[in-house]
Amino acid sequence: MKFDVRKFGLGLAAPALAIVVALVLTSLILLAAGDPVLAVWQVLFKAPLPRQAVAIVNEASVLYLSAVAVAIGFKMNLFNIGVDGQYRIASFMAAVFAGAHFLPGWLNIIVSIIIAMASGAIWAAIAGVLKVGRGVSEVISTIMLNYIATYFVAYLLKGAAVKIEGSNATSTQVLAEDSRVPGINLEGLLGTGREVYGLVFLSIAVGILFWFILSKTRFGFDLRATGQSESAAVASGVNVKRMVVVAMILSGAVAGLVGMPLLFGQDYAYGDTVQAGLGFAGISVALLGRNHPVGMAVSALVWGYLNQLSNGLQISAGVSDRLVLIIQGIIVLSVVIAYEVVRRAGLRMEQSRVARELDARSTLEPKGATA
Amino acid sequence: MTTTQTAPPPLQASIAPPGRPAWYWPAVIGGSLLVISTVRVLTGANDIDSSGALMAAIGLAMPLALAGLGGLWSERAGVVNIGLEGMMIVGTWGAAFFGYHYGPWVGILGAVGMGAAFGAIHALATVIFGVDHIVSGVAINLLGAGTGSYLAVRTFTGLPGGGPTQSPPLAQLPFLSVPGLGEVLLGIEKSGTWLLADLAGILRALTTNVNALTIIGVLLLVFSGWFLWRTAIGLRLRSCGEAPYAAETLGVNVLRYKFLAVLVSGALAGLAGGFLTLVASNLYREGQTGGRGYIGLAAMIFGNWRPGGLAAGAVLFGYADAIQLRGGGDVIHAYLLPIGLLLLGWGIWVLVRRAEGKSLAGGLWRIGMSLLVLLWYAFTTAIPDEFTSMTPYIATLLVLAFSAQRLRMPAADGQVYRKGEAD
Amino acid sequence: MATAVEPAAAAAGAGGEPLAVELKGITKRFPGVVANKDIALDVRAGTIHAIVGENGAGKSTLMKILYGVQAPDEGTIAINGATVELKSPTEAIRAGIGMVFQHFMLADNLTVLENVVLGAENLHGIGEAARTRIREISAEYGLRVEPDALVSDLGVGDRQRIEILKVLYRGARILILDEPTAVLVPQEVTELFEHLRELKAEGLTVIFISHKLDEVLSVADDITVIRRGTTVAAVDPKDVSARQLAELMVGSELPSPQTEESTVTDEVRLTLEGIDLAGHGTARKILDGIDLVIHAGEIVGIAGVEGNGQAELVEVVMGMRRPTSGRVLLGDTDITEAGVRQIREAGVGYIPEDRHRHGLLLEAPLWENMILGHQTQAPNVRGPLIDAKAAKAETERVVEQFDVRTPSILVTAGSLSGGNQQKLIVGREMSHTPRVLLAAHPTRGVDVGAQAAIWDLIKAARRDGMGVLLISADLEELVGLSDTIRVILRGRLSGEFDPNVVTREELGAAMTGAAAAGEEEAR
Repeated sequence: MKFDVRKFGLGLAAPALAIVVALVLTSLILLAAGDPVLAVWQVLFKAPLPRQAVAIVNEASVLYLSAVAVAIGFKMNLFNIGVDGQYRIASFMAAVFAGAHFLPGWLNIIVSIIIAMASGAIWAAIAGVLKVGRGVSEVISTIMLNYIATYFVAYLLKGAAVKIEGSNATSTQVLAEDSRVPGINLEGLLGTGREVYGLVFLSIAVGILFWFILSKTRFGFDLRATGQSESAAVASGVNVKRMVVVAMILSGAVAGLVGMPLLFGQDYAYGDTVQAGLGFAGISVALLGRNHPVGMAVSALVWGYLNQLSNGLQISAGVSDRLVLIIQGIIVLSVVIAYEVVRRAGLRMEQSRVARELDARSTLEPKGATA
Repeated sequence: MTTTQTAPPPLQASIAPPGRPAWYWPAVIGGSLLVISTVRVLTGANDIDSSGALMAAIGLAMPLALAGLGGLWSERAGVVNIGLEGMMIVGTWGAAFFGYHYGPWVGILGAVGMGAAFGAIHALATVIFGVDHIVSGVAINLLGAGTGSYLAVRTFTGLPGGGPTQSPPLAQLPFLSVPGLGEVLLGIEKSGTWLLADLAGILRALTTNVNALTIIGVLLLVFSGWFLWRTAIGLRLRSCGEAPYAAETLGVNVLRYKFLAVLVSGALAGLAGGFLTLVASNLYREGQTGGRGYIGLAAMIFGNWRPGGLAAGAVLFGYADAIQLRGGGDVIHAYLLPIGLLLLGWGIWVLVRRAEGKSLAGGLWRIGMSLLVLLWYAFTTAIPDEFTSMTPYIATLLVLAFSAQRLRMPAADGQVYRKGEAD
Repeated sequence: MATAVEPAAAAAGAGGEPLAVELKGITKRFPGVVANKDIALDVRAGTIHAIVGENGAGKSTLMKILYGVQAPDEGTIAINGATVELKSPTEAIRAGIGMVFQHFMLADNLTVLENVVLGAENLHGIGEAARTRIREISAEYGLRVEPDALVSDLGVGDRQRIEILKVLYRGARILILDEPTAVLVPQEVTELFEHLRELKAEGLTVIFISHKLDEVLSVADDITVIRRGTTVAAVDPKDVSARQLAELMVGSELPSPQTEESTVTDEVRLTLEGIDLAGHGTARKILDGIDLVIHAGEIVGIAGVEGNGQAELVEVVMGMRRPTSGRVLLGDTDITEAGVRQIREAGVGYIPEDRHRHGLLLEAPLWENMILGHQTQAPNVRGPLIDAKAAKAETERVVEQFDVRTPSILVTAGSLSGGNQQKLIVGREMSHTPRVLLAAHPTRGVDVGAQAAIWDLIKAARRDGMGVLLISADLEELVGLSDTIRVILRGRLSGEFDPNVVTREELGAAMTGAAAAGEEEAR
């Protein structure tokens, strides 16, 4: 339908514009700082090596989970900034359980994942309950819970830590062989020994579930309606308070999954070297992907690409790899501005089109007593 | 006036909502002092209100108050500013960079400038383009964190004492004291007498080693109160946050006031960052802000969007922050006693007043919680370090949970305003 | 249809004075619609000039242009003989124009003083001098305004007087009032017109916009009629009747709901027993002992000034609020504690007062809006899943049957005009054949054609045996549709009126409580 193609085109224009703006502004910053502009872009726009490509997919699968968690909240006009704390607690709980090896093999993995989801859900539910019960803004409460989670897990880790020979790191019990998820070996195809996380399928499944629930189920309809207009949702029979808590729980449950690919496919334990900041990266990916299941997947890949390739900035261009943070920040800001502009333009265009089409129809039918 | 029916009832003179009686706040402060003093003597946790702790509290309250004041200016004009944290971060870098090369006062200017620059970005997104305020704020935090990180690596590596995540040591802003008083008060404080020692401690904290920037900060708070409520421009700014379309019909340039308010907001947040770098410590360190931008927002909400309440909230949170920084495991442990007793009393009161519709469940779980707290107090001697570190964040949550209900934020706060869309 | 009235040319300045306001050829286009086309307006100084037209005719846009909020695409404006360009409200204020909007432009959390001086602080400051000046103006025109009151504590009539004082404070000599009587009862309208006559006596010019023709005829010196964005006539009220004016306004006869044979049965559909709703922090109850019965085939109308508990009553019946005491029964089932969804599923339809806030998802397509409010009912759902195909088919049917003008069911609800949005909502609610229909101000802000259509729909529903609770401030609508009219005042139902015999004055008196006890008829 021509209507949809136009909308789709507009939808793509915004992120494309954002990336261009980011390129331009970053170049200006580099010039001002006296850094080599060309060298930077040469490093960042190289085609990734096979091992980098695998790393990108791996990172994207983790970022995607984080983004979906955030997007569930965004669709309800809730801001779950607490994904960081939620996956920390979830990863820790899962690591401890899996490490204790009460159950064999695959059962261990599955139950640990469920525990992770439950932990994340409970941590997020605290913020949800505070919001509906006491009117506390979830923005502030989830951030506070992030810090609390960090310290809480640090405390628990002291108690649960196991000494590993030959290293000074504190970590939980390392997972036994049968509790690890094997990676996908693409050596024949790509020529690299680096493996794709086995749990990449988890990310795909979560994405499909997200799309399905949101657009095909009654619950998803209620959720979207509440996000679009809380007053209309109330009048239509939605129990908004329950919705808020359920949305936070779902968001937290998915957030709990964020650490799973790393735990079962790479680190095999929870230690103080666990990766931080995935929650905020998830917010960026969700914003760039506009909370759309496919959009976020693409954005996650873009983010993974930027992160991986920027590793070479220091060595090859003499520029700190932190530059990528600025690029990403500018992209996010420009894209939210661009999306807003596009959204308004789209509405205006639609209104005028509707008015025109109605006018066209009414001139076709003769009317009595017109002016 | 028509003659056939009775006139409609006369307009009532303004009735102020039932306010607190005049003795309320002095009583609360006095009562708290008595309780704290007693707890100190009973538990021996001297740091609970030692002048050292209180000076640290004031020092840590200031960045919260400044950040919160930034939030206040912005929200009074109707723009929610979640990006305070990001603006603080670039403020810390600005203070360190300019402070290192040109001295602390220029450093402060640098902090303010960086904060204002990011304020301008937030204003551009929200006021000009109409982006959702919170989305923009979150994006600003991301950009601010990234910018601060990159600039630090760029400008501090290779400097003596500096590194990629840390600046070299910096000269601080001057500390001022009332001459002579400090010694005397310290003597009284050390005596440990109930109430007297506490009063001496408080007085000493207020008059010794007070930083110039602290004084400036207090003046800014007072100025803001005067400016926003007693001047024409302040009225216009507040009207943008209460009824922007009404203001527009009266000729107020709403967009301009919103933009300026957000700029000021950024500048204040930057100043808060500068305080962290040049007063509360003497260098820039990555992650220095530690969520204080958000705690500042919480202080603003607690203060009902007024400078006076904001200051009180900031002092409360700053105190929590100070205790945990000074390794106050024993202090927090000491607090368990009054908290437990208060909960117990509250629970009993709720049960007694059951006839008035208070719930049985409510009373029971309060008593249950109080017993847990008191048992915790009895069976431990100190709180683990990690829990102490959590104090400011838990304090924020608890304060917001108990106060968020009776508040009145500016009526049009958070609303996206578009010019010419009145009616 | 030929009109029987010759548009009388308004004397361009009786006695050679310049016109207070002269508009020539004003045109304003918005994306997809021409709001004003070649408008001409001649307002003599020191007169009350009325501009009439139905909803959507372009009156408000014209006033926004006159007040500097919008700029015309073509045409000229002359104030007191001098051509001006009004690029902002400030310039309009400087030209001596003051505007009182239909939806009051007041900040609730600020005091009366702060609201009045905002934007004009340089006139008398913001302190004592301003306070004195406000009291002066208030006394001079009998406005009874107290400068230090908090606006949120004030009622509708008070707020309108503050708006008038706001423009007088700025030295306006030309006042524009947009639908000033929309929220007033007859007695308050009379009082307002007294104020306007007083202003006229002091030499001020008053322009007011209205679609209430009998009010206009009683107070205006000149009338300009606007239809579909352009001026169609400028008449002298002495020469024209309400009927003729109506014909000019719509181009055909102005419809009014015709009463029909009674279809009231004995079957009780909705019962409200002793409904009480306590207020927040005040002893006064929002709803006090409401008792009401609606039968199948009956329309019960509730008249009342905004703010007397109607909105809360609707919320209680729909389950959005719990009453403090009392019961709500649907047939024989007690639904007092039921949630909104349950109540809707049990067969209560709802046409909300504010369709944008409670009735529609403006950025969602029409077919999704059809699902709204009926997410658990056929044909929208199959188990836990949404049946998009069935919902879309249903939407097509409703659009066809209820004459909702839209190019397709995929456009967003926000693109439709108010009247068509409302028709969609009515169609949506009716198509689930509710046992009881709650219609709150069902034709507010809706053009005349859609209004007539909605009235017909409600009457058809009544014929089919539905019970209808109609809440409205439009007395004509209430009288034309209801089988019986109750009045709500301060949370209580007072009076029961027979629409066939009641007069507007009687209703108005009951609505403001000026009625003595003797006027309350026995139930």
